[in-house]
Amino acid sequence: MSKKIATRESYGNALKRLGATNENLVVLDADLSKSTKTAVFGAEFPERHFNMGIAEQNMIGVAAGLASAGKIPVASSFAMFAAGRAFEVVRNSVCYPKLNVKICATHAGVTVGDDGASHQAIEDLSIMRSLPNMVVLNPGDDVTAQKAVEAMLEYVGPVYARFGRAAVPVVHAEDVDFVIGKGIQMSEGTDVTIIATGILVAEAVEAKETLEKEGYSVRLIDMHTIKPIDTDIIVKAATETKAIVTAEEHSIIGGLGSAVAEVVAEHAPTKVVRVGVKDTFGESGSPDQLMEAYGMKATDIVEAVKVALGEKVAVEAVK
Amino acid sequence: MKQNVAELKATANIMRQDIVRMINAAGSGHPGGSLSAADIVAALYFNVMDIDPQDPKKVNRDKFVLSKGHAAPVLYAALANRGFFAKEELLKLRKFGAMLQGHPDMKGTPGVDMSTGSLGQGISTAVGMALANKIDGRENRVYTLLGDGEINEGLVWEALMAGAHYKLSNLTAILDYNGLQIDGSNDEVMGIKPVDKKFEAFGWNVIEIDGHDMDAILAAFEEAKKETTKPSVILANTVKGKGVSFMEGDYGWHGQAPSDEQLAQALKDLGGDC
Repeated sequence: MSKKIATRESYGNALKRLGATNENLVVLDADLSKSTKTAVFGAEFPERHFNMGIAEQNMIGVAAGLASAGKIPVASSFAMFAAGRAFEVVRNSVCYPKLNVKICATHAGVTVGDDGASHQAIEDLSIMRSLPNMVVLNPGDDVTAQKAVEAMLEYVGPVYARFGRAAVPVVHAEDVDFVIGKGIQMSEGTDVTIIATGILVAEAVEAKETLEKEGYSVRLIDMHTIKPIDTDIIVKAATETKAIVTAEEHSIIGGLGSAVAEVVAEHAPTKVVRVGVKDTFGESGSPDQLMEAYGMKATDIVEAVKVALGEKVAVEAVK
Repeated sequence: MKQNVAELKATANIMRQDIVRMINAAGSGHPGGSLSAADIVAALYFNVMDIDPQDPKKVNRDKFVLSKGHAAPVLYAALANRGFFAKEELLKLRKFGAMLQGHPDMKGTPGVDMSTGSLGQGISTAVGMALANKIDGRENRVYTLLGDGEINEGLVWEALMAGAHYKLSNLTAILDYNGLQIDGSNDEVMGIKPVDKKFEAFGWNVIEIDGHDMDAILAAFEEAKKETTKPSVILANTVKGKGVSFMEGDYGWHGQAPSDEQLAQALKDLGGDC
């Protein structure tokens, strides 16, 4: 896990690569193209890159119109604005008519860092997941991020894909299978299952190594698709291991943790402990400081596993 | 088969009768802003637009986006009379299981080019359609109808900026300027004047007409086609509830269905049978 690259870089590179063969691909941005990395595509295909200005609602509406005319529009901004500001346009002009619009949101989660809470989207997976017809992707490294872009362009229908600002380790082999709606099981294990998404997959890998040194048998799943959620892999984990820990750089309300808990509650009741932002706003700081302050480091996942197995009491519970 | 002015006037009148009939049958809906737009929509569907009811999804076609989606009855009346679907559907408007939803649904209704209803979004999607035509080198045009209350929405002005920025001369918006919205007049609810100067300042070619004068409506669409560097907006001065004596100029008829007695009076006003 030596090589590090931000998933937004992976996204920009994939767009550029796929733009050469996909003539219907058009890319929209809202005056953030250098940050979202759509400028990488724009430099190669200027006639198919449109800056819509600082107007995210209109960007999504325009994308809907383009999609209705057979184009494959990819619209980018920070997650806060793509999912937050434009929410109702996404609902009524993209999801309701089930148009082939791809919303690629970068700078998700607290690792936006210094910009502070106003720019740290920790609700986007939750609100996008609640929309009928929407597919929600949250790849965690360079390999899966590039494959997510490929898969999303092949899929016909609305997709919300989430990418991060900070450089993260590459955790998957180049030939890993990426299928929308199918989690990647990274290790067998019988004591506990860690289901991680996005950049917390790398933290989960580290947590797994620590736990294994302590003698635990850990099953690790990269849940890159938040919707449709992979029910089979969750039920299997709930049945074959003693507890589940979810890990996401997102609020513990409504995202991966909720999605997993919903499946488990209905199909195979099992203890679930959620690692993520605990119903609070972020603040300015370095990505690493914030990950630590908001309890999303590998050590937090290790602690959560012990709580899930009943070996420790949750910090929240003793407050 | 382009209708002439006399034929268009007759068609608009039939559409008005269909509008009051279908809203009466539905028991809810928006007659005022449907009636005010009937002449404009009749001109588009029976003269101006290049469309084919036998092939509603034809790639090379002109498109219409009803940005003021609550005026769905005027669109449905035009589509049914133009042959996109059977007229019997009109009387099932807003009913459970029916094709015609309360607001336009492009997935379920032949001829509807975009699902609308949430104000401001239609014009934004129309900008995208016009941009697609430009990218693909299609000559087809895109039309969108805005309500005057609708332009309270900030998204409308984002879309206007983008339309001018990308020089979308293939895009024509029509403002159904009847002066009334749900809670009262534009002036009372949220002042929008001077509308012409606002559109001009946003880089649009502004054409102002009497929105019930069929000759002027056709001339305005022709004038818009001649513009080559910017999108056009037709400020159509209209009367809310046009053609129905007791609805004209009364904002109370924005979103209310006529009773059976009121329907009889409305049809009498429109010269139709009960």
